[in-house]
Amino acid sequence: MNGSNQEDTHRTIERVARESYGRLVAYLSANTRDVASAEDALSNALLAAVTAWPRDGVPQNPEAWLLTAARHSFIDHVRHRQVADASEPTLKLLREDSVEMTLSAEFPDERLKLLFVCAHPAIDPAMHTPLMLQTVLGLDAVRIAHAFLISPTTMGQRLVRAKTKIRDGGIQFEIPQERELPQRLDAVLEAIYAAFGMGWDDMAAVDQRGRDLSEEAIWLGRVLLELMPKEAEVRGLLALMLHCEARRQARRGPDGRYVPLLEQDSQKWSLPLIEEAERHLAEASSRGHTGRFQLEAAIQSVHAERARSGRTEWAAIELFYEQLVRISPTLGTRTGYAAAVGEASGPEAGLTVLDGMDPDDVSTYQPYWAVRAHFLQRLGKTSEAADSFDRAIGLAEDPAVRQFLLRSRG
Amino acid sequence: MQFALLIYHSPEEFAMRKNDYSDPHLGAWRAYYKALVEAGVYVGANALEVPETGTTVRLREGKRRVQDGPFADTKEQLAGFIILELPSVDAALEWAARCPGASIGAVEVRPLAPEAMRRGFTG
Repeated sequence: MNGSNQEDTHRTIERVARESYGRLVAYLSANTRDVASAEDALSNALLAAVTAWPRDGVPQNPEAWLLTAARHSFIDHVRHRQVADASEPTLKLLREDSVEMTLSAEFPDERLKLLFVCAHPAIDPAMHTPLMLQTVLGLDAVRIAHAFLISPTTMGQRLVRAKTKIRDGGIQFEIPQERELPQRLDAVLEAIYAAFGMGWDDMAAVDQRGRDLSEEAIWLGRVLLELMPKEAEVRGLLALMLHCEARRQARRGPDGRYVPLLEQDSQKWSLPLIEEAERHLAEASSRGHTGRFQLEAAIQSVHAERARSGRTEWAAIELFYEQLVRISPTLGTRTGYAAAVGEASGPEAGLTVLDGMDPDDVSTYQPYWAVRAHFLQRLGKTSEAADSFDRAIGLAEDPAVRQFLLRSRG
Repeated sequence: MQFALLIYHSPEEFAMRKNDYSDPHLGAWRAYYKALVEAGVYVGANALEVPETGTTVRLREGKRRVQDGPFADTKEQLAGFIILELPSVDAALEWAARCPGASIGAVEVRPLAPEAMRRGFTG
């Protein structure tokens, strides 16, 4: 086999690994609930593919090939683990399963169940996103640890612990009942959005991992939409992420400077992404039920309007934020609301909203201080503004944001 | 629980210190200090002189060995430390990421030894 063919084969393996990883892990672990062993089995299968495919050619159904190889590795693994004990039922299950498997190359897509397992209420909420990134997308613990600002060893241990809980804690691979679906779905959406937000915060990172994580989150959003096309909030989340993603090129000046949303050149926004976001948002709102993510997407949609109209409709943004704060009164939405009020009705009004927030809550919340500094500056309260700027600068992590605030502070 | 943020500078960052004290770089550190104090986590801190000013002493087989410069010959050198009172290492890492030193050099987060051990030193 020549070099370029070999390259093609490797690219195929990469693509299949990316597209099939979650499907295979979900399928392999749905019955046994043993996510860790399913992942191990799949990585063995991928390793085998790296040797076999360049030699024998890419199989006709690469996914089925990987599944068969992973299944063998899984059975070996379980057998080695003291067959006599509790793992016997697992082994039996797998064997029974494999008979049915040979009959059909198709296998059910269990990723939705896996997503719900990752964001299960019995799992530490802080681990929902890391679990998803690992089990559905196949990201390694080191990369997840970078994004979460946790030592790789600790992240590895936490992931292992969470998977043990999934295996032994009676967490079922199932779609939640209608009654509890909204709440359970919220947890899934939150976890995906957290991954996306992390990518954004991380934009300054020179190693590009920030960019990757946002893309991974959008991918997860698309997977979820494919699995739950009727859920308005799933579309809302995807629309929100696409709107933000559309502005990526505009968020930094040519010299790497941070450019705030209102100063961004809207010509640099990606029109195709905006249009896609708008389609999802329209589809979502036609379903009647308005949720948090649709509202956030609607706010971004108003901002995106500026590309056409040349102006920002702050009254509309204020209205959406008002609803948003009512259903989701987080620090972020309340600060966003204050910012919108300040733009729509003047900095005094914005400050009044900020003053209404609990000082303990905001003491380490960077955006609060940035918005506050901005309003105080507009009111000509120079020394109070400088104080707030300092708080915002001191809490900034992104060096470009820090420089921007230092320049604004004067 | 107390943590030390050990701040390591590259030679470039040490060189920045020669700038006058109103430069924006210093502004970032001042703001960071303010944020730590306002958040109620600040215990103490200090900056060290540039590594070239260090002198290292060892006693080996009863003989004194004195060496110009810092203990370890590495590119990034200890430049200062901050002691913080925080509930967890996660919180400490968050503050480390916000430290202006993290974006040029590096910040190591290390828990202080248990209080009993520290008391053992000081009697």
